Amino acid sequence: MPLPTLTRDNLATVEAEARATPRPKDCIRVCVSTCCLAAGADRIHKRLVEEVRTRNLDIEIRKTGCAGMCHAEPLVQVDVAGTDRAVYGHLDEEKAVRILDEHAVGKTPVRKWAIDGIEHLPAADTLEGIGPAGHQYRLVLRHCGIIDPTNIEDYLARGGYSGLRRAIFELGPEATLEEIKASGLRGRGGAGFPTGTKWELTRKAPGAQKYIICNGDEGDPGAYMDRTVLESDPHAVIEGMLIGAFAMGCSQGYFYIRAEYPLAVDRIEAGIKAARRVGLIGKSVMGSEFACDMEVRLGAGAFVCGEETALIASVEGHRGTPSPRPPYPSQKGLWGMPTCINNVETLANIAPIVTRGGAWYAGLGSGRSKGTKVFALTGKLKNPGLVEIEMGTTIRAVVMDIGGGSATASPIKAIQTGGPSGGVIPAKFFDTPITYESLAELGSIMGSGGLIVMDGTDNMVEVAKFFMDFSVDESCGKCAPCRIGCKQLMLLLEKVSEGRAEPGDLDTMRQLANAMRRASLCGLGQTAANPVLSTLRYYPEEYQALLRTPATAGASQ
Amino acid sequence: MSPQANPVPDISKVVKKWSAKRGALIMALHEIQNLFGYVPRAVTLQLAREMRVPVARIYEVLTFYNYFKLEPPGKHTVSVCLGTACYLKGGKELFASCCEHLGIGDDETTPDKEFYLQSVRCVGACGLAPVAIIDGRTCGKMGVAAVPEALAKCREEVR
Repeated sequence: MPLPTLTRDNLATVEAEARATPRPKDCIRVCVSTCCLAAGADRIHKRLVEEVRTRNLDIEIRKTGCAGMCHAEPLVQVDVAGTDRAVYGHLDEEKAVRILDEHAVGKTPVRKWAIDGIEHLPAADTLEGIGPAGHQYRLVLRHCGIIDPTNIEDYLARGGYSGLRRAIFELGPEATLEEIKASGLRGRGGAGFPTGTKWELTRKAPGAQKYIICNGDEGDPGAYMDRTVLESDPHAVIEGMLIGAFAMGCSQGYFYIRAEYPLAVDRIEAGIKAARRVGLIGKSVMGSEFACDMEVRLGAGAFVCGEETALIASVEGHRGTPSPRPPYPSQKGLWGMPTCINNVETLANIAPIVTRGGAWYAGLGSGRSKGTKVFALTGKLKNPGLVEIEMGTTIRAVVMDIGGGSATASPIKAIQTGGPSGGVIPAKFFDTPITYESLAELGSIMGSGGLIVMDGTDNMVEVAKFFMDFSVDESCGKCAPCRIGCKQLMLLLEKVSEGRAEPGDLDTMRQLANAMRRASLCGLGQTAANPVLSTLRYYPEEYQALLRTPATAGASQ
Repeated sequence: MSPQANPVPDISKVVKKWSAKRGALIMALHEIQNLFGYVPRAVTLQLAREMRVPVARIYEVLTFYNYFKLEPPGKHTVSVCLGTACYLKGGKELFASCCEHLGIGDDETTPDKEFYLQSVRCVGACGLAPVAIIDGRTCGKMGVAAVPEALAKCREEVR
């Protein structure tokens, strides 16, 4: 039966019905995010569907989004009455069928293929408790790997859009704004600007038309948190956008998504369509006077378009070059109108904050870093994947406990956060709690969430070169400090790694970095030198070892 | 199916869809690239006429964004990810191996027009590093040893 138009009065009933809908209590969830598909998940899904059909079993084979355990793709989760739950990894079609037979039908888990031990799993319909107990707090990732991202009823069954309902019919725009301010939520794209403040500035700015934009241009290499949320829980982001649009008075929203994320684009487009069909998007949201429409716009392979003003230029159909600020987008943004741009992860936090209250959210985290953060753990560790932790959790807990420590014979040397704008953090600092401030003090940044783990075989000069090369490529070219600075810094790094540099060159690098930081037009140029500065700070000996010594200089005369 | 094998697709639908929306040039160009495999000059000129946008404005955009191809690609596209995780886990060696086997460099097409090779930034499948995307299929944990077989498989396919 198709869903009715959702309104203030029927939402709770529809949600309860969705929860109670008789569906097979027993299910096997197959993760079909981009990387699981790459690992063969669709073959497994098809095979299981076929088996269940031909054998007439009362078990649902459900597609879900990313469960975050990327080190063990492809994954299935067995959730069947009368036996333990389990998450299985490293599967192929044959193993999946055996799991269906032995566990789902035979009620005996196949322990040898289970991840994390079956004993740790709670009975409830959640992934909390996976892995070492107490370390992950799955708030942004609350539905990822549990619900079918292509089915709005799954989202509704778990209380979806009740945040929007509360905002429109109980709180009103001002009080909704107050909740976000009270939460202390800060932008999760990397800059950490207080979201409530940004929303307030946009709300107060004069303008006949206002816009809200979801920044899905996740460009940091090694980061895929936003891709996962867009693919695995699109409605969480859509609801966040609608609440923001309501609070600020925006009648039009855009999802700006990288072209390199076609599945995320599909899922959001499908989500928008489904939401529109039940009256959550359109001229009368949930039957109220609030009108809002949403559209998807694609990026086209430019890292700089993750920067707010460049992103706006791109949505306008131009080259993605930044503009000087002030005026900030909240005053004059898209087509000169007040515009609020929020990161995907930031938006995924909004509905829970509105439902449970800003004060509840502010109770999570540490210091001025409230709430949680999703990290994409990659590199030389045992368990690469997506993890979500409360702010204030130590680096050690993330890398060693959740991440499993080094995957190679070499011990972990350092981590890198913040992508091309960030820095390295040596192992000796791993007891540092993760907050915006503590990472900045160490010479890095929180960044969007990419967390690269390096071992003893990773050379820091090469790491700096890797990021510098990226920045040279991605510099838009508009301002001289970045256009020339990045290139010159790259040439100096090459000079170092080719053994042609002298001590004076390291000083030149520092001066260049300083100039770029102070004079570049946007964050790309301002932070492009961070990897160089950070590796110089912590691993000067690796640079020194490559310098021309007086002996070699003399020999080459 | 190879786009070049079909009669020249009609872009009037693309124009109609995106002319009504503000600032939708990039979306129109994406659709054109999906239709043709790249953005041919003749089509750009037609788009300029029909959307009433100066040709220079369209080329400003085409030459800025990495995603748009101005030359016809090869029959098969091999994209090797050189994002951070893939880089650390042998992405460079994988890319070098592809260059060697195909006899071409980055952003180049083989003389027989069979293969187009490019290095790309992070495709977001970091748990499977190193990653290559071959004809739209993501191939994870791809070692250097797997390259000849993967390329041979492409050649055998009838598209």
